[in-house]
Amino acid sequence: MTEYIIRFLVGGAVVSFFAVLAEMLRPKSFAGLFSAAPSIALATIGITIARHGASYGAVESRSMILGAVGFFLYASACSWLLMRKKVKALTATTALLPVWFGVSIGLLWAFGAQR
Amino acid sequence: MMVQIKFSSIKGILPHEWITRFLFGGSVCVLAGLMAKWFGPEIGGLFLAFPAIFPAGACLVEAHERKHKARAGFDGTERGRTVAGVDAAGAAMGCVGLAGFALLCWLCLPRLSGAAVFALATATWFVLSMAVWWLRKSRIFPRRRPAARHAFRPS
Repeated sequence: MTEYIIRFLVGGAVVSFFAVLAEMLRPKSFAGLFSAAPSIALATIGITIARHGASYGAVESRSMILGAVGFFLYASACSWLLMRKKVKALTATTALLPVWFGVSIGLLWAFGAQR
Repeated sequence: MMVQIKFSSIKGILPHEWITRFLFGGSVCVLAGLMAKWFGPEIGGLFLAFPAIFPAGACLVEAHERKHKARAGFDGTERGRTVAGVDAAGAAMGCVGLAGFALLCWLCLPRLSGAAVFALATATWFVLSMAVWWLRKSRIFPRRRPAARHAFRPS
């Protein structure tokens, strides 16, 4: 239980830090870089290594590469919808979340099947 | 293009926006841990690249831009959505750095100390993200101009 409380507090603090950094920076395309900061990884990999070891953390990091590819396609799709179709930001970012999940799981399945 | 830091932007963030970000970030970190526990590190690792900052950030950028235009007496709905789209494009560029961070962790974690890997991976994320942004802003990749800019160009 203590592990999850630490995860929650550290994760909340790290995500808030990068979010505020993104809010302060101009131009917005530059600030957007910080919206894709490795906040979750920075907050949790240390705890994971301490509990399960470095090789466990390495396996998680390998999957994180696939998650980043999913994030790239998700953010690109959001950008297209917002700029070209002028959809509401909340609608675009929520409706397209399955793109991140689908691409990430699909890539994991494809690469996992090859091993 | 010059990069600027506007410290005054912090004043524009409302208390509920701070709380939302903190709760969302903390919840995703707990979710990543639970996913790894229930389904193994392969599935749990995907959630290390979960878009935790971007969705809330894009919504706030849209709302702030709309309010900014409204104060000047304009309807800033379209403008807000365009700026949120630019923010999303920046996030897509940042994903290259995110993948670099993960790649370095994957390759180096079994060989080096955790602190050294974190320092190297964070530097890799920063340098890669900046490099992609700079390449996109430079004239190396030709950009399409919006049709509206050409519409009234004298022939």
